[in-house]
Amino acid sequence: MVEPVLQIDNLVKAFGALRATDGVSLDLRPGEIHALIGPNGAGKSTLIHQICGTVRPDSGTIRFAGEDIGALNTAERAQKGLGRTFQVSSLAPEFSALRNVMLAVQAKQGSSFGFFRPVMRDSSLVDPAMAILERVGLADRARLPAAELSHGERRQLEIAMALALQSKAFLLDEPMAGMGPEGSKRLTGFLDELRKEAPILLVEHDMDAVFALADRISVLVYGKVIATGTVDEIRSNPTVRTAYLGDHA
Amino acid sequence: MLTRENTVNLVLALLLLVAPLAANALGQPFYVTLATRIAILALAALGLNLALGLGGLVSFGHAAFFGIGGYAAGILSSHALSYEPMMFGLSGTVQMPIIWIVAAIAAGLVALAIGAISLRTSGVYFIMITLAFAQMVYYFAISWPAYGGEDGLSILVRNQFPGLNTMKPLSFFLVCYVVLLASIGLFALIRASRFGAALQAARQNETRVATVGIHPYRIRLTGFVISAMVTALAGALYADLNRFVSPSMLSWHMSGELIVLIILGGTGRLFGPLAGAALYVAFEFALGGLTERWQFFLGLILLGVVLFARGGLLGLLAGKAKHG
Amino acid sequence: MTTALALEQLLNGIQLGVMLFLMAAGLTLIFGVMGLINLAHGSLYMVGAFACATVAAWTGSFWLGLIASLACAAAAGAIVELAVIRRLYDRDHLDQVLATFALILIFSEGTRWLFGDFPLYLDIPALLQGVVTLPGDASYPVYRLAIIAVGALIALGLYLLIGKTRLGMRIRAGESDREMIGALGVDIRTLYTLVFALGSALAGLAGALVGALQSVQVGMGEPVLILAFVVIVIGGIGSIKGALYGALLVGVTDTLGRFLLPQFLALFVDPSEAGMIGGAMASMLIYVVMAVILAVKPRGLFPPAHA
Repeated sequence: MVEPVLQIDNLVKAFGALRATDGVSLDLRPGEIHALIGPNGAGKSTLIHQICGTVRPDSGTIRFAGEDIGALNTAERAQKGLGRTFQVSSLAPEFSALRNVMLAVQAKQGSSFGFFRPVMRDSSLVDPAMAILERVGLADRARLPAAELSHGERRQLEIAMALALQSKAFLLDEPMAGMGPEGSKRLTGFLDELRKEAPILLVEHDMDAVFALADRISVLVYGKVIATGTVDEIRSNPTVRTAYLGDHA
Repeated sequence: MLTRENTVNLVLALLLLVAPLAANALGQPFYVTLATRIAILALAALGLNLALGLGGLVSFGHAAFFGIGGYAAGILSSHALSYEPMMFGLSGTVQMPIIWIVAAIAAGLVALAIGAISLRTSGVYFIMITLAFAQMVYYFAISWPAYGGEDGLSILVRNQFPGLNTMKPLSFFLVCYVVLLASIGLFALIRASRFGAALQAARQNETRVATVGIHPYRIRLTGFVISAMVTALAGALYADLNRFVSPSMLSWHMSGELIVLIILGGTGRLFGPLAGAALYVAFEFALGGLTERWQFFLGLILLGVVLFARGGLLGLLAGKAKHG
Repeated sequence: MTTALALEQLLNGIQLGVMLFLMAAGLTLIFGVMGLINLAHGSLYMVGAFACATVAAWTGSFWLGLIASLACAAAAGAIVELAVIRRLYDRDHLDQVLATFALILIFSEGTRWLFGDFPLYLDIPALLQGVVTLPGDASYPVYRLAIIAVGALIALGLYLLIGKTRLGMRIRAGESDREMIGALGVDIRTLYTLVFALGSALAGLAGALVGALQSVQVGMGEPVLILAFVVIVIGGIGSIKGALYGALLVGVTDTLGRFLLPQFLALFVDPSEAGMIGGAMASMLIYVVMAVILAVKPRGLFPPAHA
C-alpha cells in the first residue's frame, strides 16, 4: 500500500470538559478524495484548525508527506504543501484576483523579501498566476478586487491560490457552502479534475457532492470518527444512518 | 499615467518646491523654514505610513525613532565639535550623510527590539505597547544627563552636506526636499514590490498570508524596522532644522502628531503624509497667528476629520483611494 | 538602608499602585465592555483634579471638592460619550486613537483657556494631615495611608458591583455578548454611557486625590495614562483583577526600583555615577518588566476568557 500523504493518529483536543476531538485517526491517500462529514458541532472545524496549525492538539500526531508537522506553524505547514480553502472565503479583499494568486505564486517561489522590483512587471509572477486564473475560469475577472467578486468566484479564487502553491494535498472546508445548484455542479466537476493534481480532504455538508466525488468517507460525531469507508459502505452502515444520515440515505 | 491622484501629487510636489524658491527670491527666509518643516514632518510621517498605511500597524511610538534620529545628529555633532571621542573611541562627525546612516541604523536596531516584542500582539495591545516603549525611551533621555537630560542638546552649527552651505535656509530646504522625494520614490517601489504585496496582504488578511506560507510576523517586523529608519532620518533633519534636540521629540504627543499627519492627508496614499504635513503646518501657522490656543481648534478639526471625512485632504482632492 | 525606609518606600509603591488601579480599572472596563481604547482617560483625571481644586478653593472644603471631582468627571465622561465616543464603537482602533487624541487636545487647551497656565494647589484636609508611626520608628503621612484605604475600598466596591449586582451582571453580559444583551432588552446605549461615566468618575477621583500630593496642572493626566496602559497590558486588557495586580506590580516595582537600583549600583561604582545610571535604569524598569511578561504571556497575566 502506498504511504498516505496526510496521516492523523489518535488526535485529542479538549476545551475544558468538552472533548472536541476525541482520539481521531484519519488518513488521506494519493489521488483520492476523502470526505469528512458530520453534524454541526461534531468537531470538524477544530480538526481542521489542528491540521492547519491554528490550534494545538493536546495529544496525537499529524504526519504530512512522511514528516511529523505537529511543531510547525501555519505558514510552515503551507510551505510543506498543505493547501487550504476556508469555510468563509478568506482573501486579501483590496487586491485584485490576479494579485491574490500572485501572492500565492510569490510564496511558492519562496521569497517575499524583494523590495525594488514591481510585482506587476514581474512576468515570473504574473504569467503563472494568469494561467491558473484561466484554468479555474476567472481570467476575465483577473483585475477585479476580490471584494467585488461573487460568492462563487471567491471560492474559485481560493482554489486557484491553493493550486498556485502546487500543494501536495488540498484541505477544502465546505467549498459548496452558499453556492446555488448550478455553481455546485460546476464546482463538483472542477474538484473531480483537481484530484489529479493532489488528494483532497473534503469537509462538506452537500451530500450530493460528497456522494458524487468521494472515494472514501469518514463520519465524525461528537469528536470521534464513527465510521470510515466507501460511499456504499457508509450509506449502508446502520450506526451512521441512525447517528447522522437519517433520511439522506 | 496621469490619473487625478497623480496630478494632485505632482502639483503638491511642485508647490512645495516653488513656494520656498519664491519666498527666498522675495527675501522671506521664514517661509523657506516653514517649507523645510513641512518636508521633514512629511518624511517622518511617510516613514510611519510604511507601517501604518501599508502594514496596518498602528504604532503609537514612532516618536521614539524620530527622537533617536534627532539625538544621533545632536550627539555626533557635539562630539565632533568638542573633539571628545564617543564610545569605543569613535569620533563624532558633522557630515549629514554619515549622521543619517547612523540615525537609521540606531533606530532600526531599537525598532527591531521593540517590534520583536510588540508584534507578538496585535490591535489595542500593539498600540499601547508601542506607546509604552516609546515612553521608556523618553524617560531614559530625560534621566540620562550626559546629553542634556531634560534640557536637551543644542547643535551649535548646522551639520554639513558636501558641496553646500547648509546654513543657508534654501540650501538646507533643498537637501530635505530631495531626501523627501527620494523617500517617496522608495516608498512607491516598496509598495509595488513582493515585500509590499506581502505587507499589504498581511494587513488585509493575516490568516490568508499565513495560509499561502508567508510568515506575517517576519514581514511585519521588517516593515516596522524600515519604517522606523525613515522616520529616524527625518528626526536627524529635524534636529538640524532647529539646531536643537530635546526629549520633546520623543514625547508621545509627537507620536500622535505623526499619525494625525497621515490621517489629515489621507491614509494609504503615497502623498498623504506630504498633504497632511502641509495642512498641519498651515493650520499651525494660520491658527497660531490668531490664538495661542490653536491646538484646541486642531482638536476640533481632527475630530471632524475622523468622524466625518475619513479620506483626508487627498480624499477630497483626488477621490477614493484605488488599490491594484 | 533601614527597615523603616524600606517600609516607607513599599507603602509609597502601594499608594502609586492604588492610583494606577483607579485609572486602569476605568480603562479596562471601558475596553472590556465597549471595545474602545480611550486616550482621553487622562483628561478626565485632570478634570477631576481641577474640579476638586476649584471647589475646595471656593468653599474651603476638600470634601466638597472631592464630591465635585466625582460629579464633574462623571458628567464630562457622560457628555463626551454621548457626543463623540458612541460614534466610535464600530470604528477601528486607529479611529478611536485619533478621535480620543483630538479630545486630549481639546480638553488640555480648553482647561488652559479657563484656568491659565499656572498650576493650582490643593491642601490636604485637616483631618488627614499629620503622620502615623510605623514599626521600626518610621513615620508615614496619614493622607497617603488614606489613599491606600480608598483604593482598597474601591477595589472591593467594584468587585461587589460587577459580581453581585444587576448592573454588574449586565456589564458582564455586555462583555461576553453584545447581541445577547440587546436581545435581553437591556438598553445597551444607556449601559455604555453609565460604564463610561463610572470609569470617568474613578479617573476623576484619582486626579483629585493625587492633586493634594502634587500640583494640579494641564497635562498631569498623561504620564499616569501611559502607566495605566502598561498596567492593563500587564494585567490583561479587559480584566479588573488584572488591573489590580498589574497596578500594584507597576507601582511597587517603579518605586522600589528608583529607591534600590542606585543603592545597588553604588556597591560597584562611585555613588554619583550610581545615582545617575541607577536613576536612568529605574525609569525604564517597569517597561522591561512589561516586555518580559509579554514575552511569556502576550495577552497579559489575566487575559479575559472570551477574548
